[in-house]
Amino acid sequence: MLEKLKEIIADQLNVDADSITAESRFKEDLEADSLDLFELVMALEEEYGVEIPSEDLEKILTVQDVIDYMKNKGVEA
Amino acid sequence: MLTGKNALVTGASRGIGRAIALELAKRGAFVVVNYNGSEDAANETVAAIKAAGGDAVSVRCNVSDFTACQEMIESLIKEYKHMDILVNNAGITRDDLLMRMKESDFDAVINTNLKGTFNTIRHLSRYLLKQRAGKIINISSVSGILGNAGQSNYAASKAGVIGLTKSVARELASRGICVNAVAPGFVETEMTAVLPEKTQEELKKQIPLGRAGQVQDIAHAVAFLASPESDYITGQILSVDGGMAI
Repeated sequence: MLEKLKEIIADQLNVDADSITAESRFKEDLEADSLDLFELVMALEEEYGVEIPSEDLEKILTVQDVIDYMKNKGVEA
Repeated sequence: MLTGKNALVTGASRGIGRAIALELAKRGAFVVVNYNGSEDAANETVAAIKAAGGDAVSVRCNVSDFTACQEMIESLIKEYKHMDILVNNAGITRDDLLMRMKESDFDAVINTNLKGTFNTIRHLSRYLLKQRAGKIINISSVSGILGNAGQSNYAASKAGVIGLTKSVARELASRGICVNAVAPGFVETEMTAVLPEKTQEELKKQIPLGRAGQVQDIAHAVAFLASPESDYITGQILSVDGGMAI
């Protein structure tokens, strides 16, 4: 899942995919603002067919958090 | 100048909305004429646009209905791929002195004028965000700036539109989306024709330029804010009122 995620994140946040690791923090390391995160969530929802409510966003700070969140939602990749 | 752009104008069957739809179409935009009650008038607006060499369709939707707005916008995106210009014009009045005003009259005006504006922006903004471009123009009113006796509901809704405009302008600015409002003064339309003649005369006396506004006056300002000429303007409230709010 990490590889696919890297691709989506790199595309949405306009960063180099190679610079993204599971530990990357969206705001601090990848310099995403709140609109970037909103767009990333839209892309994730589209890719994985899940709905991510706004209140869940607080828990998603790193790339690993997205992987864990998706697994919790039953998404395997 | 607007060739290749798709525009959605709410409340475009009559009055100011109709003039805006005609003006945007004249400048080359494909226009979606939204209406709620007046199907015949909406179809007439579309026919007038086509007669002038433009292109348009009419779409029924009650903008005060959150889900209905979502359905309308999703189906428009599906059909036309992109929407570049959104004009939130749909508005109603239920004038009365505050002490006599029914709760339902307050709610109806807020729901159409303010919440309707929120509803369309709420559902369209995600697509504008992806496009990294777009123009949102909300129709406010001189009543929202100065207040107006007998229009506490309408003035509150139109002042609300100003706050909404400025906030959304800040939220979407980093993506190249411009959000502005036009605040008409006293414009001769069916909406203002219901006012007693004496009131209309009194209102006209308050206009420094000495005449009532025409729907084209508003349409020209909206067309400017919809065009690339205004790309460096966002979060502004443009009064088009003959100087009433100076």
